[in-house]
Amino acid sequence: MLDTVMIGAVLASVVAAATTLLIASLGELVAERAGTLNLGVEGMMIIGAAVGYATAYSSGSLLLGTLAAVLAGMALSLVFATLTIWLAANQVASGLATTILGLGLAGLIGASFVGTRLDAAPALDIPGLSDLPILGKVAFGQDAFVYASVGLLVLVTWGLARTRIGLILRAVGESHAAAHALGHPVRKIRTLAVMFGGACAGLAGAHLSLAYTPFWASDMTAGRGWIALALVVFSAWKPLWLLAGAYLFGAVSILQLHVQGFGLGIPSQLLSSLPYLATVGALVLISAMKRGQGAPASLGVPFVPDR
Amino acid sequence: MADVVPSDPSTLEPPPALLEAIGLTKRFGALVANDHVSLAIRAGETHALLGENGAGKSTLVKMMCGLLQADSGELRFEGAPVSFPDPAASRARGIGVVFQHFALFDALTVVENVALGLPRHEGLAALAARIEACVHRYGLQVEPYRRVGELSVGERQRVEIVRCLLGDPRVLILDEPTSVLTPDESESLFRTVDLLTAEGRAVLFISHKLDEVRRLCQRATVLRGGKFIAEVDPRRESAASLARLMVGAEVPRTPRIVTHELGEPRLLVKNLNLKGDGSRGSALIDINLEIRAGEIIGIAGVAGNGQTALFEALSGERLGGDAEAIVIDRTPAGALGPTERRALRAGFVPEERLGHAAAPDMRLSDNVLLTTHGDGRNVRHGVISHSVLHAMFGEIVKRFDVRFGGRDPKARRLSGGNLQKFVIGREVLREPVLLIVDQPTWGVDAAAASFIRTTLRAKAAEGCAVLVISQDLDELLEFTDRIAVMCEGRLTAPVPVEETSREAIGLAMGGAETASAQGDADAA
Repeated sequence: MLDTVMIGAVLASVVAAATTLLIASLGELVAERAGTLNLGVEGMMIIGAAVGYATAYSSGSLLLGTLAAVLAGMALSLVFATLTIWLAANQVASGLATTILGLGLAGLIGASFVGTRLDAAPALDIPGLSDLPILGKVAFGQDAFVYASVGLLVLVTWGLARTRIGLILRAVGESHAAAHALGHPVRKIRTLAVMFGGACAGLAGAHLSLAYTPFWASDMTAGRGWIALALVVFSAWKPLWLLAGAYLFGAVSILQLHVQGFGLGIPSQLLSSLPYLATVGALVLISAMKRGQGAPASLGVPFVPDR
Repeated sequence: MADVVPSDPSTLEPPPALLEAIGLTKRFGALVANDHVSLAIRAGETHALLGENGAGKSTLVKMMCGLLQADSGELRFEGAPVSFPDPAASRARGIGVVFQHFALFDALTVVENVALGLPRHEGLAALAARIEACVHRYGLQVEPYRRVGELSVGERQRVEIVRCLLGDPRVLILDEPTSVLTPDESESLFRTVDLLTAEGRAVLFISHKLDEVRRLCQRATVLRGGKFIAEVDPRRESAASLARLMVGAEVPRTPRIVTHELGEPRLLVKNLNLKGDGSRGSALIDINLEIRAGEIIGIAGVAGNGQTALFEALSGERLGGDAEAIVIDRTPAGALGPTERRALRAGFVPEERLGHAAAPDMRLSDNVLLTTHGDGRNVRHGVISHSVLHAMFGEIVKRFDVRFGGRDPKARRLSGGNLQKFVIGREVLREPVLLIVDQPTWGVDAAAASFIRTTLRAKAAEGCAVLVISQDLDELLEFTDRIAVMCEGRLTAPVPVEETSREAIGLAMGGAETASAQGDADAA
């Protein structure tokens, strides 16, 4: 009996660990499918975490905190969008600058909250379903962020494949010149896609600081933004592969904690790096199997309409 | 719409033009791309827009469909002034454009591509049915659910046309539509155009192929150097008189020298095979070819049938593995890279001038170095000798009449014709025994094209073997000795120009077995 409870708990924590990545990478996937490579995910995530925590702590409202985190991520992404889409600045350099700016700002905002604690976002049980053995709590006893991540996955998958705005967005990422010639507002669509990515990164940050580890630490994203970026590339820009990658990362990061608990004498630093190694390794394999597929043809190329 | 009252009802004035440009001017920096250009297209007519590369045709079309904004001048639709701030605005008025470089998305299906060109969303299934109907009505063979990346150039063009037609345009603008088609495909396009004008639509047909224009169009507007030159009835003009209007002078024909003796084989290609790279680019299948000193062999074919792969295989950019498959001047070269092949005195001029033949942001003198660094003249012990390099640069510029501003500009500052003269000059001055040129005169003005052809002819007369890959069949017929045809990665045996015809080569371009006209004549 104890075992099923424990397995359930472990699985639930895997879901929690994967959720941050899934949310952030879905947002980045949308931005990249529109043709913009935003390396600022880490920065937008940490600013979301900081602003979300500060707002929730000060106001006592997790909802308000989450909302603030989303807006903060969006605001930072708008800086990136202005530079790269409207001023045609280099996307890689601007993305790196966005991350550095985000990390700095977040440290400033969070400075007075170091050492404080919040009550984590509560689990929202689905009556009936959450009482199922083992998987009940895993699937139906999670916090709102987990449900939101699943909702986002469905929305992005369906939206890209089945809606007109999704089609136009893919077209803009494929060939901005052709999309422009057909009269689609390339820069507006890219800006919106980047802002969606920023909102998702902010939401992922809020999940970190309000639910997963409900406190503030200046390095709490720990490179998850970069993993989210890698997931997008290695998943060949397909949302469902993102899901697989995010959960693999989540699984290994929880399992290595338990392995550390057994005290096998393996340096803990090595174990801590396992989730990153495993995710990158698995996804390199996936993308090697279907090489060169999926990359939006205009990814990273600035669009400058002639007048 | 406001009533149009004719000033004098007794004279029967023609109805106002469907789409009219009046005195459009467009400047790009110091360059005046369009200088008070006027053009009027009437319902039910096929109107030609004639001009050389750089005459301002594309600029005019872009202004007429909202992709560019004119600096001054006016657009009128059915007599009333209009402005098109973006392409969507012109489309709403019923102006459809099929661009030379298609505005298509390779990763998407035909039906998705079509949906992107329509103002509102419709279900993809319903749209596919509409595509089928349009295909049926106008004889445009297209399959709705194929990915555009897999289609041939001709099929892509039909996708573009279908996309325009589903928007029910009043004016259809076709930008150089036949430059990528086989003669057969062109014929079927002309039938479609006739059907469209019979329905009262207007077609603006942009071209520099005079025979086509004289066959298909009722009126023609000629541009030269960004200026309006004339509006004529092409059916009453000769190809020569139209050419004079376009160029502003007589165009000299390349003298054909047929009396020279052929020497030993300079290039031998035996059973050359090359794998395709992924979904794009045809593979090479069993290519056999022999070029002897003193002759020019032309390779015709519709773009995308393996010509690029052939060029890269011959230049050593892509290696097929078998050393014996390519023999340059008796040395097996199949496993050698470009520099080693150049050391065997082979010269290569790729199709893409900027980015392949020349580095766009490097100065011309530095660009000289790109293919001459292995010749032992301008590099000694790994150190560049700038005095030698500049002497070579000066010689190329002088002998090949390369014109530019400044002393030593970046390659991208040159016009297409001058850069091509520079690139060809760079290779010719290396005194090659084998010269392989891909699209020697693509996008080059008539005078420079004539100069380039004469240069290559003279080089052959000196005993160089020359291979010319070109999509311009007229050019190949004009100045090569034998012509082979590439189709789907295979190369036909070269046939002497005197023994073949446009029609026979056209058939082979479409996949028929032989380029020999006599075989066909015998069978008939």
